Amino acid sequence: MNSPQNRESSPGHRPARKAVLTYLIRRLFAVVVMLVVVMLAVFGIFFLIPKWTGVDPATMFAGKQADAQALEGIRQKLGLDDPIIVQLFDFFRGILAGRDYTSAGDTYHCEAPCFGYSFKTEQAIWPILADRLPVTLGLAVGAAIIWLVIGLAAGVVSALRRGSIWDRAAMGMALSGVSLPIYFTGLLSLAIFSYGLGLVSNEYTPVEESFPDWFSGMILPWLTLAFLFGAMYARLTRATMLEVMGEDYIRTARAKGVREPVVIRKHAMRSTMTPIITLLGVDLGALMGGAILTETTFSLPGLGQAVLKAIGEKDLPLILGVTLITASAVVVANLIVDLLYGVIDPRVRLA
Amino acid sequence: MTAPLHDTSAETAPVDPALGDGAGGGKSIEGRSLGRIAWNRLKRDKVALTGGCVVLLLIVVAVFAPLIVSVLGHPPDKHHEELIDPLFQTPKGALGGISGDHLLGVEPGNGRDLFSRIVYGARVSLLVGFLSAMVAVVVGTVLGALAGYFGGWLDAAISRVMDMLLAFPQLLFIISLISVVPNSMFGLTGTGVRLTVMILVIGFFGWPYIGRIVRGQTLSLREREYVEAARSLGAGRRYILFKELLPNLIAPITVYTTLMIPTNILTEAALSFLGVGVKPPTASWGQMLSQATRYYEADPMFMVVPGVAIFITVLSFNLFGDGVRDALDPKGSR
Repeated sequence: MNSPQNRESSPGHRPARKAVLTYLIRRLFAVVVMLVVVMLAVFGIFFLIPKWTGVDPATMFAGKQADAQALEGIRQKLGLDDPIIVQLFDFFRGILAGRDYTSAGDTYHCEAPCFGYSFKTEQAIWPILADRLPVTLGLAVGAAIIWLVIGLAAGVVSALRRGSIWDRAAMGMALSGVSLPIYFTGLLSLAIFSYGLGLVSNEYTPVEESFPDWFSGMILPWLTLAFLFGAMYARLTRATMLEVMGEDYIRTARAKGVREPVVIRKHAMRSTMTPIITLLGVDLGALMGGAILTETTFSLPGLGQAVLKAIGEKDLPLILGVTLITASAVVVANLIVDLLYGVIDPRVRLA
Repeated sequence: MTAPLHDTSAETAPVDPALGDGAGGGKSIEGRSLGRIAWNRLKRDKVALTGGCVVLLLIVVAVFAPLIVSVLGHPPDKHHEELIDPLFQTPKGALGGISGDHLLGVEPGNGRDLFSRIVYGARVSLLVGFLSAMVAVVVGTVLGALAGYFGGWLDAAISRVMDMLLAFPQLLFIISLISVVPNSMFGLTGTGVRLTVMILVIGFFGWPYIGRIVRGQTLSLREREYVEAARSLGAGRRYILFKELLPNLIAPITVYTTLMIPTNILTEAALSFLGVGVKPPTASWGQMLSQATRYYEADPMFMVVPGVAIFITVLSFNLFGDGVRDALDPKGSR
């Protein structure tokens, strides 16, 4: 990571740029591999496992009462008789370039990005996802802002005032936070603040309809989600900060006469942020696929709720759509995080 | 810094030299094993001990569930409609029908005894929590040690798989996997299948966390002098892996296992909450909470009881796990 070659190449212009380029290409390749694996896994779950356990996938999608003719229709429409590779390839092509479907003599075009049609409602998948994405995005980003502020503040204070009443109180709260199931805190907050005190709404209102109603409906989901994640971030921040404050370069900075606030802000915080940013990338990416539990608890019409329903109905195209969005978000978030490392922590350069 | 060479048993395994120094200062010069030092530290940690005692108590409750329930005489599936208000479908009496006969009240709608259901629910939670952690530990230790010790393409392959699994949308895949499992397999039916599948799937997504730690430890340990010494004395791979490396891996594995169990208990509860875990009439805490969503306005106690049960269980495991981690930390001062 901090080998001499990297030190030399970072101030120079051409080698550094070339390194970034090869790095990006390598990462993009990893992204593609990851997405293919995720898709293979989803295909495997819904096609191979039923095959091993002796269940015809077509019956799974059609329901138990379907007759032989209906099953044959489904098989043809979905291309279930094609080899898996062909099905996969068709699916990928659909996302990138759109594809045509032929059903009972009619051909209709599904525009890119085409995730196919829902097995249950026969609607195109992409508009369904695009409808629900803003809900999930609003939930994740709003909660992330809250948990970052609270988690970092609590963690830093706890580490700097180790053993104080603040440290004990914050860490006690944090331990409770990671030990409470999110749907329980959610229900509890609904019972107290919405039903009991009537302070906030318990219904989701789209933001374009009414901003105050949207905000009022989102406060509890945000706080509930932020309580869990804030607790994890506070614990991580405290542990990292304690470790960093014991490092030699902090002692060096102090010995040189740098004032304590500057030592903390400029020296300690930088390396403390590295694992935080890593975790944030993973968490935000994963939440893009929907906070299934939070959305279920608060009846938010986001991606998580959609995918839970889709899994129950074995609506494969919808599941594939959401898993792909999640996996892409995780991978892209990780990529951004890796690039941020170099900016935040001077010890880390592209490796 | 001479590393011990002639250790025979896993108990007095080669220990990081720093540990011996840090815990020194005793009156006698008897050699103290890692386990002994850690136990001495743990004994002084009141919070962790409390957590450990609650965990023990929960295990006893889960094992002797039928006995405990039979004392009060309310089987978990017995309906008590006479205790339910016919108009609101909620339990008669205050606080969800808590009484000397029904310690935690009764369920709205059908009046099943909540204490009995909580006691039986502990079985599901602990069983899935423990066994899935075991699956993760066995797979993670074997693959992590192989990757760290042999390196090369094996390491590259295992590491890639671990990275990939860690970046997977896990809950989504766990739900998907469980949802395609038929109602009978491996000669089991119903609840048995669901429990088995949950244990395997949760364990499968947990092993990379253990694997990463074990790999890192193995990588650094295999270059240590004492391993080199053993190798130069003609020790075989198997001897080095099991007698020299594994004893030193026990500490980090123990820590991560104790901290993984509560996470797995939360996952099991979440799955049951979402309706993909164990099915009624088998009692499980998550599933009780999912039924409570319909009554949170009329009968909040029905939600509080299983919620607090999960909270206490997970919190105790976490307190105990944190204590074990501090006790086994070679940098620890005490």
